[in-house]
Amino acid sequence: MAKTALQFRHNGSDVAIFVDGGTNLLVALRELIGDMTPKFGCGQGGCGTCSVLIDGELHLSCLTLAETVAGRSVETLDSLKQGPNLHPLQRAFAENFAAQCGYCTPGMLMAAKALLDRNPSPSRAEIVEAISGNICRCTGYEPIINAILAASGGRVSA
Amino acid sequence: MLELRKDIFADERDDNLNEIGKGTQRQDMLGHVTGTSSYFNDHKLQGMLHLKVVRSTHSHARIRRIDTADAERSSGVRRIIRGSDVPRNLNTLLSLINFGKDDEPSLAVDKVRYKGEPILAIVADSERKAFEAIAKVRIDYEPLPTVFDVEDALKAGAPVVNETYPKNAFIYHDVYDHQKLRFGDADAALATADHVLEQRYQMSPIEHAPTETNGSIAAPDTNGRYVVYTSTQALFFSVDTCAKILDVPSNTFHFIGGTVGGGFGGKVDTLTEPLCILGAMLTGRPVRYVFGREEEMQYGPPRGAERIYIKDGVMRDGRVVARKVRAYFDSGAYTRLSSYAAVKCAAHLPGPYTIPNVYGDVYCVFTNRTPATAMRGFGVTAMDFAIECQMDKLANLVGMDPMEFRILNAYRDGDMKAHRREAKNTALIECVQVAAEKAKWPIRDEFKRASSRKDGRGSRAAVPRTPTDTRGGTTAPTQQRTTYDRQPTTALREPPREPPPPPPQPPRPAAPSHGAGRFSSVFGTRRR
Repeated sequence: MAKTALQFRHNGSDVAIFVDGGTNLLVALRELIGDMTPKFGCGQGGCGTCSVLIDGELHLSCLTLAETVAGRSVETLDSLKQGPNLHPLQRAFAENFAAQCGYCTPGMLMAAKALLDRNPSPSRAEIVEAISGNICRCTGYEPIINAILAASGGRVSA
Repeated sequence: MLELRKDIFADERDDNLNEIGKGTQRQDMLGHVTGTSSYFNDHKLQGMLHLKVVRSTHSHARIRRIDTADAERSSGVRRIIRGSDVPRNLNTLLSLINFGKDDEPSLAVDKVRYKGEPILAIVADSERKAFEAIAKVRIDYEPLPTVFDVEDALKAGAPVVNETYPKNAFIYHDVYDHQKLRFGDADAALATADHVLEQRYQMSPIEHAPTETNGSIAAPDTNGRYVVYTSTQALFFSVDTCAKILDVPSNTFHFIGGTVGGGFGGKVDTLTEPLCILGAMLTGRPVRYVFGREEEMQYGPPRGAERIYIKDGVMRDGRVVARKVRAYFDSGAYTRLSSYAAVKCAAHLPGPYTIPNVYGDVYCVFTNRTPATAMRGFGVTAMDFAIECQMDKLANLVGMDPMEFRILNAYRDGDMKAHRREAKNTALIECVQVAAEKAKWPIRDEFKRASSRKDGRGSRAAVPRTPTDTRGGTTAPTQQRTTYDRQPTTALREPPREPPPPPPQPPRPAAPSHGAGRFSSVFGTRRR
């Protein structure tokens, strides 16, 4: 099968790969770039654990054709940490017990980042709306909402 | 917020608690929030191949012919694995603890027993090429009559689902087709009760739906062993199951796991590892076998369905005097862990209540449904749902408040349980009292004053006279057993195992000085 050359920015660095026609961005990131932070959960846009930012906007990488990110900027969870320091959202997730099995966490953090980037002080309702496309089967939504509230300086409810 | 009620059972506990009531960070939290926790599928190995299985499209059918000629010629196919390639193609999970007979093939040979049962495994260069080859496999089925209902499955003339158990019920200790509990004379008590309430309860199968699907990666190691990355919840269990099925010593494998993307019981069945390792053995390459979401939802084992009939006798003053239960645990086509679930189902009778006459029959039943497995309290959960619904209905029937009704019937320290064990360290009354208080649910003073330590023992500690069942001529199997799947040809390789000697009785611990007295099973003998 013919391969297509693809260049884009991945977490601030320029990358170039060859993809088969039909390859989705999740496979390109995990198997060709080697960034394992976005996860496969359903492959059909139902769970949100593969969420990444494309030019700052939240997208499901499993439903995004890899070729469509040519020349654009893709950010995954691997971009959040600054050197040895955790991003405020990562710190808030850790401090508020907002991860159990950890599998939805990469997608949750990217959805939270997309929200805070456009709305630094969201209400609780806006946070709930922002993570509504992300499934946590350990049912830890409350600590996740509290973590995002904490990261935005909002009041955390008990 | 966590609130410790230190006023309850205060004299049984000092407050020298090191961890309880204090927050402790998870060891894996840093990995989780940075995305660096290593799940099985986060390993990319050189030259990795991909395994997918061909699944049955029928719920019950004889396999007449499997034609793989076109699939073998399909681009990128490295190996097609059949049941005859599996060294020991018959297993049951709990055989590792000598419980139950081998009843489930890794790959079906002569017959399929549920829709989605694996028949062939195809190892190819990519998942896509494996799927393309699957589309070229032709299987000639002869559909057989199906049974999906637990009670229908036990009727005479029902289709035999699993020839290992021709009566469609799991056989305990080679003799008993159900779990039986008899305590007192339930029929006599029902005959003299003021009210009798009989109800039917049904719990559906429930899918765990973990965010990470089941899967594993197996690769030849540099020392003749195989390294296996797996999503399993039961790593050592899985090692031994693979060693048995593949007929090699368990030190052939180096299993790596522990970071599980949600399990809840759905990742204990060793679903992918045996075929994945066999693929690596037969191709000499790393092989990945991971469920897609549809496979996980449709063919991943669910919590087993249960049907429960409860017939209770209750007096006008609210005392439950008899509880008669008949329950059916839907195991699906194979045993997996359901035999154990039915034991737990019976062990939970009659709930946390002191009822002088209890009668229970619990069956583990085979049907042409997806095999069931563990899920959070399996066996107990559905029985508890039925019992507590029943308790509300009984309270309503005698015109009592449901909280007070539970306190009245709750077991107390020193009571005899239906299993002929003394009730110790009971706390249902206190739990109900606190729940009522938290919910601002008014209960009368006499129920607020009730205590698990008072009013038990005495006549409540007696084992009542219990009539033995009249042997109503146990019905012989209604079907002739036929042989389908190959029996393991290695039967002689292993000498019959002696039952393990009973473990030595642990020395009775001295009364502990710490606060674990009341609720610890280790120190549960402290009081009385």
